[in-house]
Amino acid sequence: MNEDQIVQLLILMLKGASPLIFAALGELIVEKSGVLNLGVEGMMLMGAVAGFIGASEYGFVVGIFFAMAAGVLMSLLFGVLTLSLVSNQVATGLALTIFGIGLSAFVGIPFESTKLESTIGVIEIPLLADIPLLGPLLFKHDPLLYLSIVLLALVSWFLYRTRGGLILRAVGESHDAAHALGYSVIKIRYIAVAFGGAMAGLGGAYLSLVLTPGWEQDMTAQRGWIALALVVFATWRPMRVLVGAWLFGGLTILNLWAQSQGIGLPQQLLTALPFLATIVVLVLISRDAAMIRLNAPASLGKPFHPTS
Amino acid sequence: MKLSMVFKGAAVAVAVTGLAATAQAEQLKVGFVYVSPIGDAGWTYQHDVGRKEMLKALGGKVSARFIEKVPEGPDSERIIRRLARSGHKLIFTTSFGYGPYTLRVAKKYPNAVFMHATGAKTAKNVGTYLARFYEGRYLTGVVAGKMTKSNNLGYVAAIPIPEVIRGINAFTMGVRSVNPKAQVRVIWTGSWFDPGKERQAAETLIAQGADVITQHTDSPAPVQAAEAKGVYAIGYHSDMSKHGTKAHLTAAVHNWGAYYTKIAKQVMAGTWKSGAYWGGIKDGIITLAPFGAAVPADVRKLVTERQAAIAAGNLHPFQGPVKGQDGKVIVAAGKTMSDHDMHGMNYYVEGIVSKLPKK
Amino acid sequence: MRVKLEPRVASSQWMRYGGPVMALAATVIVGAILFAALGKNPANGIYAFFIAPVTTLPGVADLLVKATPLVICAIGLSIGFRGNVWNIGAEGQLIVGAVCGGAMALAFYPDDGWYVLSFMVLAGMAGGMAWAAIPAFLRSRFNVNEILTSLMLTYVAIELWKYMITGPLLDPGGSSFPQSREFPPGTLFGVIFESARTSVLFAVAVILAGWLFMTRALQGFKVDVVGQAIQAAHYAGFSQRRVVWLSFLVAGGAAGLAGLIEITGPIKQLPLKFTPGYGFVAIIVAFVGRLHPVGMTIAALLMALMFLGGDELQFELNLPPAIAGMFQGLLLFFVLASEVLIRFRIRVIRSARRTAPEASQAGAGE
Repeated sequence: MNEDQIVQLLILMLKGASPLIFAALGELIVEKSGVLNLGVEGMMLMGAVAGFIGASEYGFVVGIFFAMAAGVLMSLLFGVLTLSLVSNQVATGLALTIFGIGLSAFVGIPFESTKLESTIGVIEIPLLADIPLLGPLLFKHDPLLYLSIVLLALVSWFLYRTRGGLILRAVGESHDAAHALGYSVIKIRYIAVAFGGAMAGLGGAYLSLVLTPGWEQDMTAQRGWIALALVVFATWRPMRVLVGAWLFGGLTILNLWAQSQGIGLPQQLLTALPFLATIVVLVLISRDAAMIRLNAPASLGKPFHPTS
Repeated sequence: MKLSMVFKGAAVAVAVTGLAATAQAEQLKVGFVYVSPIGDAGWTYQHDVGRKEMLKALGGKVSARFIEKVPEGPDSERIIRRLARSGHKLIFTTSFGYGPYTLRVAKKYPNAVFMHATGAKTAKNVGTYLARFYEGRYLTGVVAGKMTKSNNLGYVAAIPIPEVIRGINAFTMGVRSVNPKAQVRVIWTGSWFDPGKERQAAETLIAQGADVITQHTDSPAPVQAAEAKGVYAIGYHSDMSKHGTKAHLTAAVHNWGAYYTKIAKQVMAGTWKSGAYWGGIKDGIITLAPFGAAVPADVRKLVTERQAAIAAGNLHPFQGPVKGQDGKVIVAAGKTMSDHDMHGMNYYVEGIVSKLPKK
Repeated sequence: MRVKLEPRVASSQWMRYGGPVMALAATVIVGAILFAALGKNPANGIYAFFIAPVTTLPGVADLLVKATPLVICAIGLSIGFRGNVWNIGAEGQLIVGAVCGGAMALAFYPDDGWYVLSFMVLAGMAGGMAWAAIPAFLRSRFNVNEILTSLMLTYVAIELWKYMITGPLLDPGGSSFPQSREFPPGTLFGVIFESARTSVLFAVAVILAGWLFMTRALQGFKVDVVGQAIQAAHYAGFSQRRVVWLSFLVAGGAAGLAGLIEITGPIKQLPLKFTPGYGFVAIIVAFVGRLHPVGMTIAALLMALMFLGGDELQFELNLPPAIAGMFQGLLLFFVLASEVLIRFRIRVIRSARRTAPEASQAGAGE
């Protein structure tokens, strides 16, 4: 196998990682604010179907907006129930997933097995794209893939270099203390949840508009759950999300490549690896209270009862 | 006078309804169970084309009902049972995995006829039907072998049952008969229909240098992948050229209409008997899609000649020498593989780089 | 003017029973709207979904068959939920239980005396318990969040399943199609009527056991206290660690039993896919049933009805059976929303100025 082929495979890995990056970034913000939204799979599917419908009817850009809007609406459904009506986050998130799977299947019926006419196209950075090997690997991708990297940098900067990010993290660490300081915990969490929804929708749109492209029921194929695992695997840090997404995305390509070459790798073990690895990470960071404090948002999953 | 008119009118109405009722009673209700969406190309699409042709040929004598996207497994038993329970006397279950469930329901409904596509087991009221797809595969392999420049071919396959393995082997025999240096790589998606996985598999094969992609899966995703990456593709089940106008070279096309019409007529006449049908090119069940513009005239001539030879019985895709991946001779030169041996095929022939999923 | 949620002194009895009923009504209405919005006749759709499945005797049998694994799983889970132990890996535990039970059947193959089934049941429960023991261990020893671990293990269980049916348990006579051999008839539960088998009796037993545990057993009381007032529990010496282990093992055993029942009842083998997410729907059943055995039984029957409705829609209208999930999710949303009205009262506050008169008004009101 020559270098060109290796580059081609790495490009496939980058593309496969993109939907994970979007969804995981969104859920990272949500969890940093102290909320656990298990509905990522459902939100991604709604984003995928809405994006496909928008792109089929009105073109690519509209598709992206539809996808984000669908994600936001789904997440707000979750938000109203868990933030304003203080319902159990685990149950609501699961309900959101099951609901999203069903609703997307229903809504997408007329669009199954249809072809998408308007495609996204590729952005080639002049001069740099012509560098052998590195050029196509780094400088010749679809706009959404670049967007995912940009967003990752933005989220990282927001969380650790802005006041807003500090407040968000404070809310996630101790919502009572943040409330006592006068911050509107509920409002901040709503914004975080909505952002998570928009990102999940984008991740879904990447699947239906770029990766496949097309719409089929259940097309996320557990990627929402992998994104949830990814957030934990990355110990809630954006840069680690990038590396983790490459690893998880790369595993799939590795699996396929090994199969075709006649190399006997244990397929099911490789597919299970992201989840197993996440459990290992969880054990490592939970070993003692100090490690937990350093990594996981302390208020994660705990409902907030304002006392005034 | 008015009263007699009413009576006459009533008599005519009764007569007409009576006739209609008798016609209804004679109408054969046919059910179709599909494993994937009908879409616009693929395995299920071709079965549905067959269903429509049957309806056209037999007019009001039959009515047909289909249910698509029925997953193989216990869910299918419920659907097949409901079809039988609601008066369908001829039921086609169009996927290998429906086998055990078709047999179970057939036991409870001995008066209905069940036809299981690609199945391996028959019963008194269960017949199986299969086409010699491998003949078409062989011919598409010849095209692929001639058109490849990298001598690297990619195959996106679904589930490793003998029928699929036979297709891969026949394709490889065709390729190697005109290009002994070419190699075939196979990726299994684990499902008959999964466009996302099929696309990813095709792209991975292309990334490894394959310049002709073919498939044994239900969606046109591999053809689309080939078109997007500027390599060639050979479709399957249907003519998939609309999904890859530049990439599509040809396809092995399934034609079920005449067969379905024949079976329906037999059931209506009461002459149907159980059996295992295995028709081929000479029966018209397999044809080749029109050649893509890129295929040169000499290749077209060669393929057409070989197609005629197969139909006449002078050429067999698995005629000796047939060697396994390990180089051992399976069929000696001058001999032809028997139907029985073809049915149980669970090994790869020489020329395939990948290994079969281990048991 | 703003809307405020004010905690009630005592939860509203009216809403406690009326809430789920209102939720069901709201689900039906929204469902009808969705049907209409997508061009399908709402009356047909609602009838086909909610009513048609149980108008025939086979349909009623199917309803019991589908509700059985749901209620067994849900009751097992509810013990943990009451104790604030969040096991959401029931799906994985169910799958492992099915694999173990199925492997037992195939180990004895072709022998199918009555004892094989007994071993299978034990194997199923043991398998589920073993799988549930992992998150329990990780939580009690390493303090790891059990929501995440039990969830991750579900997807590991799915891969384990796939490995078993394409490898060690692959049917040697099945042309390499990924599924196991069919189980011999003696290993299946006996048929009561139509598709309903004696395994339904297990469901009844579990419901009774669950009710007895929560209302009579001291341990059940301890679970409640640990769940609702952890400080009080510490004071009283109730061990949280014990509650964690108990919850997971009970839930795992129940889920494993449910999985075993599924594959010996309607299915008779280990196929590629046998559960439409029973383990996850069981969590919804637990919540819709408000963690009470009777409530969960009714909720399980409702959810089972929705699964059948999805099949009905597929058969009659060629709609994807995943629609069942749409209704199930909606029902839970409305139930959760109605929960609010049980615990809280909605108060509209007119203006911030008049504080004293408003306080007396609030006192004099409801």
